[in-house]
Amino acid sequence: MSRAEALQTRAGRRPSPLWTFGLLRSELVTTLRRWRTLALLAVLAAVPVLVGIAVKLETRGGSTAGPGGGDGPAFIAQITNNGLFLVFTALAATLPFFLPMAVGVVAGDAIAGEAGSGTLRYLLVAPAGRTRLLLTKYTTVMAFCVLATLVVAVSALIVGALLFPLGELTTISGTRISFAEGLGRALLIALVVAASLVGVAALGLFVSTLTNSGIAAMATTVGLLITVQILDQIPQLHALQPYLFSHYWLSFADLVRDPVYWDDLVKNLGLQALYAAVFGSAAWARFTTKDISA
Amino acid sequence: MDEPSARERDSGDAAERDPQDARAHVIATRGLTKRYRGGQLAVDGLDLTVPAGSVFGFLGPNGSGKTTTIRMLMGLIEPTSGTARVLGRPMPRATRAVLPQVGALIEGPALYGFLSGRDNLLRYDAADPTADPRTRRARVAAALDRVGLAAAAGKKARAYSLGMKQRLGLAAALLQPRRLLVLDEPTNGLDPQGMREIRALIRELASDGTTVFLSSHLLDEIEQVCTHAAVMTQGRLVTQGAVADLAAGARGRLAVTTPDPGEAARVLKEQGVGDVTVDGDRVTGEPPAQDLAEVNAALVAAGVRVRGFTLEQASLEDAFVALTGEGFDVAG
Ligand SMILES: Nc1ncnc2c1ncn2[C@@H]1O[C@H](COP(=O)(O)OP(=O)(O)O)[C@@H](O)[C@H]1O
Ligand SMILES: [Mg+2]
Repeated sequence: MSRAEALQTRAGRRPSPLWTFGLLRSELVTTLRRWRTLALLAVLAAVPVLVGIAVKLETRGGSTAGPGGGDGPAFIAQITNNGLFLVFTALAATLPFFLPMAVGVVAGDAIAGEAGSGTLRYLLVAPAGRTRLLLTKYTTVMAFCVLATLVVAVSALIVGALLFPLGELTTISGTRISFAEGLGRALLIALVVAASLVGVAALGLFVSTLTNSGIAAMATTVGLLITVQILDQIPQLHALQPYLFSHYWLSFADLVRDPVYWDDLVKNLGLQALYAAVFGSAAWARFTTKDISA
Repeated sequence: MDEPSARERDSGDAAERDPQDARAHVIATRGLTKRYRGGQLAVDGLDLTVPAGSVFGFLGPNGSGKTTTIRMLMGLIEPTSGTARVLGRPMPRATRAVLPQVGALIEGPALYGFLSGRDNLLRYDAADPTADPRTRRARVAAALDRVGLAAAAGKKARAYSLGMKQRLGLAAALLQPRRLLVLDEPTNGLDPQGMREIRALIRELASDGTTVFLSSHLLDEIEQVCTHAAVMTQGRLVTQGAVADLAAGARGRLAVTTPDPGEAARVLKEQGVGDVTVDGDRVTGEPPAQDLAEVNAALVAAGVRVRGFTLEQASLEDAFVALTGEGFDVAG
């Protein structure tokens, strides 16, 4: 077939709008094939294992576990009675740092890493389209938020089932709910935790559009995460704290109340949406006008 | 609606195109200028015209602004001023319509080291929303085959040699039938054998009718493969045109071989030959305006024994030196 004919054939065939999702599929697969992503997921999967084993060892003498750690609600004391509480405990333990750090690393690297390695220019001349590429990256980072949370939750559920009894559970309010309902709430909690990471994801993606170094973007995002966590602890800053993306993170525990207490949950989701809108727009404004000279 | 082709989209904004450039010129820039944020003026008022079907050599020493120009043509960076049209459409505004028809290698290949060569191409192809996923694997295999990487397709790209990476970069530019190939120093870092192979590939592509825009800092490379050329120094365009015309523009040198070089040099100077230099039994100089037969007669009349009397063809290098007044390897 001559080149002219080839072009003819090509011109006569209307590209399907569905073809645009090929990039998303490629992005998801590529992200999961990075050694770094797998290492992060492995660390997240290990946390519930460590917590589960620690609780098991501590309670072997027959005594119940001691009072819960400083991390929010005292789910940990309940684990020996019901393995499902390991899911809540593991999410409460990873949400302040491990989960957002993992998201910060993936989000920070999203654009900057490609810029640093030069692959960004080839994606753009393909042409991926800047808005399309950014949306693809953002969707992938969100998918990673969900995946990372599910890895923690599923690992905790498996460890909990292996080491501890399962069954009806007592809510924080003292009422009892069936195991099936408890499982449903655990899934809901996992989704809320994943949604809690949207703010960090948007922030990380914005930082990622500012530099051509993946490492610098990852370090900056994780640094911001730690800074925000510290600011959230300083009492003098209480006027500012409701606007820190981590402020309502532990509100997910309210889903283990009966009836569920929604106020802080809604505030958390609203705040995450605000971060997504503000930093998403900033990332778009920056990335669509940026000179790609790396 | 069977014919919703690129052509139709093309004609949609015919009004905003210069009709003269629309078909004949694959690349046309007017006063294209780029000043980097650091203040560096990398490209200065470039008026470049690349005819369709040409193999166009974009020649200039390192740092003369070739890559910067290519980045502007591909919509990667915004010009400080001036305009650029590729395939008749304004860049960077029309990237979505133009770039699927353009294959590019810009400042060396860039690959995902943890993916195989094949997976790298699959990813780049997936980035193009006009690329048919049903034919993706076949097109990737064909591109790999074309650059001679079929056997190494399953190997991780980080294990590729520089030459293999360069080939994989070229393969990425060949994933679809293209109207224009933009190749920024495609033989950089290759051994002589690799260079020959890449040049053969470029000639082959050009013979299919694809316009090739080839940047290089190697004169002989341009001379070997290009039909047209433009010469850059320090961000400015010195000249452009058909390679044959450019070389013809620089006048050849008159060379006299004689056992009497001293006497020959004296006579030649008398006859108005400029820049006379003696090298053993060879005397060379810039030919004078008068008929060369007269010069030869004068030599013979002065008793100079002439073994050879020739006008040596000017090369592109002579043209370059004549145009810029400096050697070629001066960095900008
Ligand atoms: N991202 C950049 N920021 C600032 N200056 C740059 C940048 N890229 C290139 N330059 C400068 O612009 C000039 C032209 O560079 P370039 O276009 O890469 O030349 P070439 O490709 O011909 O070697 C050089 O002086 C170079 O130092
Ligand atoms: Mg260059």
